[in-house]
Amino acid sequence: MIAEAGLAALWLAAALALLQLGLGALALRGHAALGPAVRPVAVVQGALVALAFALLILVFLRSDMSVALVVENSHSAKPWLYKFAGTWGNHEGSMLMWVTILGLGGAAVALLERRLDQRTAIATLAAQAAIGLGFYAFLLFASNPFARISPAPADGHGLNPLLQDPGLAFHPPTLYLGYVGLSIAFSYAVGALITGQVGPTLARAMRPWVLGAWILLTLGITAGSYWAYYELGWGGWWFWDPVENASLMPWLAATALLHSVTVLATRAALRAWTVMLAVVAFSMSMIGTFLVRSGILTSVHAFAVDPRRGSFILVLLAIYIGGALALFALRASSVREGAPFEPVSREGALVINNLLFSAILGIVLTGTLYPLAVETMTGEKLSVGAPYFDATAGPLALALVVVMAAGPLLRWRRDELKALAVRLAIPAAVAIVAIAVVFLLLPVAGVLPRLGLIFAAGIAIASVAPLAGRNLRRTPLHIWGMVIAHFGIAVSLAGMASESAFTRETLVAARPGETLAVGPWSVRFVGVEPVAGPNWTAIRAKLEARRGDTLLTLAPEARMFNAPPTETTESAIATRPTGQLYTVLGKSDGDGRWQLRLWWKPMVTLIWAGGALVAIGGALALLGRLRRERRREAM
Amino acid sequence: MRWLLWLPLALFALIIAVVMSGLIHPASTDIRSQLVGKPLPEFALPAGVPSHPPLAKADLRGGPRLINIFASWCLPCAVEAPQLMVLKRAGVVIDGIAIRDRPEDLAAFLARYGDPYSRIGSDANSRVQLALGSSGVPESFVVDGRGVIRLQHIGDIREENIPTILAAIEAAK
Repeated sequence: MIAEAGLAALWLAAALALLQLGLGALALRGHAALGPAVRPVAVVQGALVALAFALLILVFLRSDMSVALVVENSHSAKPWLYKFAGTWGNHEGSMLMWVTILGLGGAAVALLERRLDQRTAIATLAAQAAIGLGFYAFLLFASNPFARISPAPADGHGLNPLLQDPGLAFHPPTLYLGYVGLSIAFSYAVGALITGQVGPTLARAMRPWVLGAWILLTLGITAGSYWAYYELGWGGWWFWDPVENASLMPWLAATALLHSVTVLATRAALRAWTVMLAVVAFSMSMIGTFLVRSGILTSVHAFAVDPRRGSFILVLLAIYIGGALALFALRASSVREGAPFEPVSREGALVINNLLFSAILGIVLTGTLYPLAVETMTGEKLSVGAPYFDATAGPLALALVVVMAAGPLLRWRRDELKALAVRLAIPAAVAIVAIAVVFLLLPVAGVLPRLGLIFAAGIAIASVAPLAGRNLRRTPLHIWGMVIAHFGIAVSLAGMASESAFTRETLVAARPGETLAVGPWSVRFVGVEPVAGPNWTAIRAKLEARRGDTLLTLAPEARMFNAPPTETTESAIATRPTGQLYTVLGKSDGDGRWQLRLWWKPMVTLIWAGGALVAIGGALALLGRLRRERRREAM
Repeated sequence: MRWLLWLPLALFALIIAVVMSGLIHPASTDIRSQLVGKPLPEFALPAGVPSHPPLAKADLRGGPRLINIFASWCLPCAVEAPQLMVLKRAGVVIDGIAIRDRPEDLAAFLARYGDPYSRIGSDANSRVQLALGSSGVPESFVVDGRGVIRLQHIGDIREENIPTILAAIEAAK
């Protein structure tokens, strides 16, 4: 009964989305009396789809093997956390989670949105319902998560062991919440294009959603990067894999949008551009989800390939994005010109920021789709990897951090280059010292790592410069947020540069008892022993790493899962204040020797610490903005 | 400037077109060797088993033949063995390149699954396999009398592939 109730809730939610769209369209076309009905419908729709998702979770927790999705993706012997996370660790479940968050987002807009004029709010909710409707149709007609199987088998087929990790419980929901936040920005943009009300009010209404989405995407990418780092056992933190790019592209667009929305809110400039970016940001989320889910790109993150479902989502994409872009082309010329500004000004720096982010987005999108385009046209196979992305996006990213250092130190509307030079004097001096240090003292190879270290030093100082001369107690929270986020970028950049400049690697076939050297560590291979887990068995190595008086024990494993039979490596990582020792156990050569991969990665943790700082900065800014809005409303 | 506003839509249409064609023609996962239609690289492999002579490029003169890349540890190779015997009975000369194998394992494999090979070279570190542009076992190449690769077959040879391979051998004569 639970599964049937879930399906019924899903159908009802879909019907309400249709009603929400219909009422909204009628209200905008002269039947204004229907307008007030739109908000309650949106709230009930959100509640019903959330109920459907809760029921699917229940079916998974109870290991109901009469539901096909549970059979394919779960197993009664699995720990409960993975049964729970297994709900969205598959195609159907993750799509249901997607629409659930979409529906709840729409309900939140219906409940909370008070700034916008009535017509734009209705148009926004109608656009949100239109997006939801497509995905309801997709779920109900092409991927029903509640389908029964008869006769019910005794037990399920398990879950991809690579995904049996606590990170899985939180990674997709975080990214999806981010995507849906962008869908709301998209709906606002579409609503404003329909009614022609593109202005500071729109920007202020949109900003918390963009900011919230951006924080979650930042966390999602940071966590995803760390997950790939320790779970895949390859020692890298970013692979320019299509799935990673799919999560990076919406972030790039959202970051650009975050900055342009500020210009629109503060200075009423960049009107059409901001609306365009809001459309692009959500489009990138959908294109990203599509590329990942359709399986048309080859990737380490293997998902089921199903061309029929792929075509369905592609049609949805074409309608939503194509429709929004056509609306933009038709209506953008009626959007009023914004307030003018000089090239040397805060707005000017933010325009450069936006252009650079858009260029990097273009580069990543091109690199991700290029293999597909070439194979379609010539049948030739190729892959685009780190050398392309590093060489093209790397220099632009460095240019971007320079703008990031200068932008917050510029005044709105117009400023003087000379004055900027004075404000940047200390960061520039630090960067010059860093140049001397990097070239004279450190044995660094490669241009990008060196530049990365130098720039990191300079912007670390420049990012806190906006606090100079302010009363720190009275500095608004959103300024603190910006400072911390920008400082986080410097921290992350330092980690990336340090990782690529100083990592030491040792790859050997070693016998128990041998001692190996990696960087400053000497690692003794004590031996291997078999261990058994709940649904896997493993060979575990014991390593003793010594550096001076420090003695660490590491136990990397090679695991064999039994349902389905799969082998994975569990790396063992020891985190020290100065870096990480990363160890992986490989195969035995059958002759008493074992493959061991050891890395010493100085300061590598700064990469993710920086990402976390960026997200914390975003959270402070969000808090500050929301408090400010509330105060404004109270007045 | 008005036409510029249509640019995003045009770019998006382009992306959709590429992705759509990618969906309609699902990518094949096979990676063809770059050497098809080109002469084999030089190589000289030691014998894989004492019972068979070794294999070098110089041995390939004469008529067309099939070079089969296989290994005793490879399950699809055992599955494909009967089809190789069919090809042998049809008069095809088959040479084997055994990948990362041991003589005793190879001898057991031949005893168990049949022996279609006239020569077997041992490629202990896959160097020749990689030089041929082969990405796995089993794989087979039809090579003509001048040492030019005429056909690459990726994966095990099944019953339905036999006519294609015989035709390629015929064409290479």
